[in-house]
Amino acid sequence: MDFNDTAEEATFRNEAAAWLANNQLTAAETQGLNRLQIAKLWQKRKHDAGWACLGWDRKFGGRGASAIERVIWDQEESKYDVPSRFFVIGQGMIGPTIMAWSTAEYCERFLPKLASGEEVWCQLFSEPAGGSDLAALRTKAEQDGDEWILNGQKIWTSGAHYSDYGLIVTRTDPSVAKHKGLTVFMIDMHSPGIEIKPIKQLNGESDFNEVYFTDVRVPDSYRLGSVGQGWQVCLTTLMNERLAIGGGGPGADVKLAIDIARTVEINGKPAIEDSAVRAKIAEYHVLEAGLKYNGYRAITALSRGELPGPENSIGKLVGAPKLQSIASFCMDLLEEHGVLWDEAQPLFDGLAQRSYMGAPGLRIAGGTDEIMTNIIAERVLGLPQDPRADKGIAFSDIPTGGH
Amino acid sequence: MNFEFSDEQLMLREQARGFLAQHCPPAVTRNVLESDADYDAELWQNVADMGWMATTIPEQYGGLGLSYYELAIIAEELGRVVAPLPFSSSVYLATEAILQFGSEQQKARWLPLLASGEMIATVAMTERPGQLSEHSISTRFHEDTLTGQKQPVADSAISTLIIVLAKNADDELVLCACDATHPTVVHSSLRSLDFSRGHSAVQFNSSPAEVLTGKTTDWASIQELLDRAAVLVAWEQLGIADVALEQACEYAKQRYAFGRPIGSFQAIKHKLAGMYVKNTLARSNAYFGAWALAIGSDQLPLAAATARVAAIQASVYAAQENIQTHGGMGFTWEFDCQFYYRRAKLLSLAIGSERYWQDRLVTGLNNQTPNAA
Repeated sequence: MDFNDTAEEATFRNEAAAWLANNQLTAAETQGLNRLQIAKLWQKRKHDAGWACLGWDRKFGGRGASAIERVIWDQEESKYDVPSRFFVIGQGMIGPTIMAWSTAEYCERFLPKLASGEEVWCQLFSEPAGGSDLAALRTKAEQDGDEWILNGQKIWTSGAHYSDYGLIVTRTDPSVAKHKGLTVFMIDMHSPGIEIKPIKQLNGESDFNEVYFTDVRVPDSYRLGSVGQGWQVCLTTLMNERLAIGGGGPGADVKLAIDIARTVEINGKPAIEDSAVRAKIAEYHVLEAGLKYNGYRAITALSRGELPGPENSIGKLVGAPKLQSIASFCMDLLEEHGVLWDEAQPLFDGLAQRSYMGAPGLRIAGGTDEIMTNIIAERVLGLPQDPRADKGIAFSDIPTGGH
Repeated sequence: MNFEFSDEQLMLREQARGFLAQHCPPAVTRNVLESDADYDAELWQNVADMGWMATTIPEQYGGLGLSYYELAIIAEELGRVVAPLPFSSSVYLATEAILQFGSEQQKARWLPLLASGEMIATVAMTERPGQLSEHSISTRFHEDTLTGQKQPVADSAISTLIIVLAKNADDELVLCACDATHPTVVHSSLRSLDFSRGHSAVQFNSSPAEVLTGKTTDWASIQELLDRAAVLVAWEQLGIADVALEQACEYAKQRYAFGRPIGSFQAIKHKLAGMYVKNTLARSNAYFGAWALAIGSDQLPLAAATARVAAIQASVYAAQENIQTHGGMGFTWEFDCQFYYRRAKLLSLAIGSERYWQDRLVTGLNNQTPNAA
């Protein structure tokens, strides 16, 4: 075991680091631009120098890099404060789906502009009636000659309001079983009949939207896979979700807990000397260090050309509840001052409070704790699936509890 | 980045697993559990023939001079079969104590015998209930003799050498080596939770002994000895945790209730996934512990404590929930679930409890975390 790069990896890392050091956006370049415009500018710069969508083929705007090279690039790029979240879904999840299911012509039409950041994509999967049970979705698509007419509603769509295109899964046949009547399309988000409403979250922010479809027309050539093959297409997207969604930025962690515990007192002594506080910090460190070294093992596997499997679900399953718990613990250490979340006089940058208010969303997005636990049980440990009450029944006959 | 064992090391794992499947099936552990024996002497000889006791002992002392990665791999495999052997006492503790604290002459005298397995040795530290510390030691070393009582001491009745933590006339800590078979050393057998390992109270009555003189003994150096053992014990615990999970999964797939395999109920499924998560985190932390031990990193105190806490949690949880998953059958004498339940707790208390190591973890963390600006 050693933590050093191989000679080739080191060469690649040096090249990436040197480019990053010499090509950061300047204050003059970003003046007057919003976050999206800055992100597009940065993406374009990376693309023009061959640092966009590293794993993709050159003809689609990538550089045909290996998995470990992608990891190295991400490590180096994350040392800078660069905006990238606008492209995570399009480049990480939708691009690979288009590659797997669309025509060569559309790959050449859409992928290079996705890689260069010129066009932004969103993922239209979740619905009010289909979250964890995604295949329960009801948005309807009916064929009309060379076109399809879409009616329905999507929810929890990140970035719908600034996206140019979307990937949407619809129900094309309610008379067959749930998973069999689905079809996936690419869709122009500027089409007539699309209405986008932001969702205000419990923490006051708005990261997601509701998207309404009223008689929206989509050409049949935008269909991915055959009619009724939508579930398989969705699985391609969801498999890539596991790889695309990362740690989720700065949040409450063991370092914050130690900082606070050194500062506040319990019974006249620094809280860090209190044995109950120490036991909690040790618990959190076991989780944090375990995930970190899990990551090292996963990178090693990538470096050897192995593909990441469902065991990687563990990162989000452990990380999100840990964030919520440690944020709560940090606030407890502050006692009544823990309630304060005042931007004018933030306590420890308000990191604990912000994490506490954001963590419930993280435990749900991209697969709830419960779904991730099922994935580990069924796909890693090989335990049998639950018997399903909707199995083999036509979608239109499945009980919905009145929804 | 290469955070994985080498191909040769992974081959050793396969070889060790195959060897133990043949020489230490559950019946071997059960025989010791159900008899008055403290260990399986034939298995000890077989393992000695494989050279496992010699793993990290330098070649000049008759060892193999391999790294702690190899020893960690062997530890995990011994854990998986709940081997009824004094391996942890003799190898992770006594051999390590001599390697670290022994003079050149002492190493040359004992290490070859330990490497070949001819000598079994153990370490005697604790004396009374509660946390082991320099304040809890009353055994005296005076004019080349030891006086006092240690208990519980694992594997002492089958050892020929005991390394004893004592205090000298100036109240300084010393590690002494004592002939365990000397008539003045009295071993009284104590029943423990895990009867597949022997435990005794050991009385030293002016028993002849000599100080390990290669290195000054203070509490910090004793803790270092424990840190090193903690990584290896963690790997043994990891073996237990994984086997308990594998057995629970196997049973959950075969056992039907309410017309379906019990493994299809989320109550069982989520329990087993929870075991998997704990085991996986414990394994990754144990990797880092093995790395820190193998290269002699100054991060060892934190790495060892983290590996140890994670391994305690994973192994105890897996052992207890394996029984729970088996239902009433898991609580019977006939089923092997008890092996893991006994051994997991034994190892979790052997060199300091979860609380002790949590405290040590935070000390390590506090030392490594710079003050906020």
